[in-house]
Amino acid sequence: MSEPILQISNLSVDLPRNGDRSHAVEKVSFSVNAGEIVCVVGESGSGKSVTAHSVMGLLPKGQLTPTGGEILLEGENVLNASPGRLRALRGTRMSMIFQEPMTALNPVLTCGEQIDEVLQIHTDLALAVRKEKVLAIMEAVHLPDPARIYGAYPHQLSGGQRQRVMIAQALVLDPVLLIADEPTTALDVTTQAQILRLISEMQERRGTGVLFITHDFGVVADIADRVVVMEKGQVVEMGTTEAVLKRPQHSYTRMLIDAVPTLDPPSREENAAPIMLETAKLSKIYGTGGFFRKTGEVRAASEVDLKVRGGETLGIVGESGSGKSTVARCIARLVDPTSGSIRVGDLDVATMSERELRPHRRRCQIVFQDPYRSLNPRRSVGASIIEGPVNFGTPHKEAYAMARELMSLVGLSPDALDRYPHQFSGGQRQRICIARALAMRPEILIADEAVSALDVSVQTQVLELLEDVRRKFNLALLFITHDLRVAAQICDRIMVMKSGLVVEQGRTAELFAAPQHPYTKALFEAAPGRTFEFARTPSM
Amino acid sequence: MTARTSIAPPAEIVGAPVASRPTVWRKLRKNPSVLLGATIVLIMLFIGLIAPVIAPTDPTAINPAARNLLPLAESSARLEDGTRATIVHLMGTDSLGRDVYTRVLYGARVSILVGITVALVSVAIGTIIGTAAGYFRWLDSLIMRIMDGLMAIPAILLAIALVSLSSAGITTVIIAITVPEVPRIVRLVRSIVLSVREEPYVEAAITVGTPVLPLLIRHVLPNTIAPLIVQGTFVCASAILVEAILSFLGIGIPPETPTWGNIMAEGRQLFRLFPHNILFPGIFLAVTVLAVNILGDGLRDTLDPKMEKRA
Repeated sequence: MSEPILQISNLSVDLPRNGDRSHAVEKVSFSVNAGEIVCVVGESGSGKSVTAHSVMGLLPKGQLTPTGGEILLEGENVLNASPGRLRALRGTRMSMIFQEPMTALNPVLTCGEQIDEVLQIHTDLALAVRKEKVLAIMEAVHLPDPARIYGAYPHQLSGGQRQRVMIAQALVLDPVLLIADEPTTALDVTTQAQILRLISEMQERRGTGVLFITHDFGVVADIADRVVVMEKGQVVEMGTTEAVLKRPQHSYTRMLIDAVPTLDPPSREENAAPIMLETAKLSKIYGTGGFFRKTGEVRAASEVDLKVRGGETLGIVGESGSGKSTVARCIARLVDPTSGSIRVGDLDVATMSERELRPHRRRCQIVFQDPYRSLNPRRSVGASIIEGPVNFGTPHKEAYAMARELMSLVGLSPDALDRYPHQFSGGQRQRICIARALAMRPEILIADEAVSALDVSVQTQVLELLEDVRRKFNLALLFITHDLRVAAQICDRIMVMKSGLVVEQGRTAELFAAPQHPYTKALFEAAPGRTFEFARTPSM
Repeated sequence: MTARTSIAPPAEIVGAPVASRPTVWRKLRKNPSVLLGATIVLIMLFIGLIAPVIAPTDPTAINPAARNLLPLAESSARLEDGTRATIVHLMGTDSLGRDVYTRVLYGARVSILVGITVALVSVAIGTIIGTAAGYFRWLDSLIMRIMDGLMAIPAILLAIALVSLSSAGITTVIIAITVPEVPRIVRLVRSIVLSVREEPYVEAAITVGTPVLPLLIRHVLPNTIAPLIVQGTFVCASAILVEAILSFLGIGIPPETPTWGNIMAEGRQLFRLFPHNILFPGIFLAVTVLAVNILGDGLRDTLDPKMEKRA
């Protein structure tokens, strides 16, 4: 093979002095060949994004500076390039697509104008030629009706279409290198599958080298030719996809791969405990009524029937906008359901006033997705945990003693109760949130995407914790997720939702073995890395 | 998935001690705008406090023999104990022979008092109304329409109307200036409450059964403190200015009370011949308002996280 188009050798980037380590990335070397997809995998803080940003020359000035090594793009060291030269290289020789297509596109320009801008800056083509080129690239990334989308604003498109526009913008000048920084993380699985297919199609057809940053081994298995595994700023393993995923050498790689949940649900015992939570025809309609007029309404959830027994885990699976969170929030009575009933024990909590709800507040607790926003940053962890029991009249001292017990139960030191949330990592915070929920001695625990924001290794631990407390306290666990792998591991039964409707439900093993509804099938098809056999350390 | 039997994670049991972030106080002390603004405001406050000690005469003492004296002119006056004393009029005298320097010193009292009181009262009222509007959806449109109505009337006109409804006096002036300031605070607080109430930690507090009042005080309102301090200083500056305007127009505090606006109003007729009557209170007014605004800017730079990112 000829010269690699991107050759990174011994790249080091310093962190600001008060950081937790001295280098963001340290002596990183790897290369990307033409027509090849190289995946850089690692958990948050591994330096994978910093590496990508230094290639583009996009590191925040004054905070992160490359201190050693070189980045050769077709033989030219971009670290020494002048700002003007870098600007010329970006777009023409290398380009980048980002995680969040909504914020990466300018909301006040039409999609066509944004792609056209690249041509305007880097070429002298006439307007008509440019427009032709823009429409051609839109066609190439399979945007439906390019003429219409040319004049459409980003908010008028779906997430997947926006990401296609981003890709079109990145590829319009046929760069030799495309850097994709977690381009599918914010997308639903079915959309993700389409975008991944598009990226590999573009790479094959145009011979572009792709540097693909991701944390998802399923995605790696689907598209990568070669894999670079990074940990704490260093490359720990590198090789072909086959080699790394099937015969991982480094312990960190093995740990990461082991942490990826499989799509084979483990066998679970039959549960005949009494029903703890039951909804009947639960509906929530959001009306966007104003002061002067009533406008359209959105059926976020319609006629949802579900049952959860004590000690049982019911998973609600669906993509964004499917209404799964709405159902959870109705049950937790954070929103008022429009109609239907929610029976908890012998009470119907669907229509209760806040005053009558007090007993329900004891019984039903919720753990949220974002560990960084679900604890009040101004209050110590202890104060957050004892807040609930104290509300219900537990003496302060007793509640505090209980909080100490709960802290060790969730695997944290009881002495950390005086600390503040910013002193904990995401996984630790999620443990604290679980402790806060358990402090109420609930019967129902709702986990609303509770592990979605966590790194895979931490995800496994938190899932195990949830399993453990479910067993210990005989909790009815309502587990909301978009991730089929996670659902397969933790749920006894699964309910699939789409556009506010339940399309299918059943026992996890049966559902995974033989999905009935076409949407469920599509969802399973789209799961990244579905057919790949990962190397796994045998279970202990 | 490997089955681990224990719940405890392999490592990292205690939250890592993080290097403590530079405290707000330390940041404030480093900010030149805060230092400069606060120093001048404190000097003005100090001047107002010790006015009776450093002022050469009584601010209302009329001396017909010493009318319209230029700055640094001298006059002699009979003191209460019968002796005569010579007074140097640093800033001259007005058309009634009152010492402008003395009156300007006393004027600082009124200005600072009005500024601080208006800021505190409007922030207090605005926070209560704004929180109610932001948290209780059904109250929101009602309250905000009333506030929109109030904001549609020019502040000074509204103040004039309120003053004309009751007798002139410092309390009336404070109320008249406070009322038009309240809607701005309400809008600010409401917007913060609206966004914070969607935070997961607030929802978590709801699910653990925290009643509304403690919920607002513990979890929601602390987020409003920093923006309110900033907005409060700007309200204070604008209140000092509006008070001076009302006094100057003769519809504020009664003319015998020394306020900067009153001194300027008094000197207005002979302003071409004796500009010092307007000049000195004008300088004090301008410097004070400028200082409060600089202080506010500095506070915003240090307290507002959005400004920090821009830097």
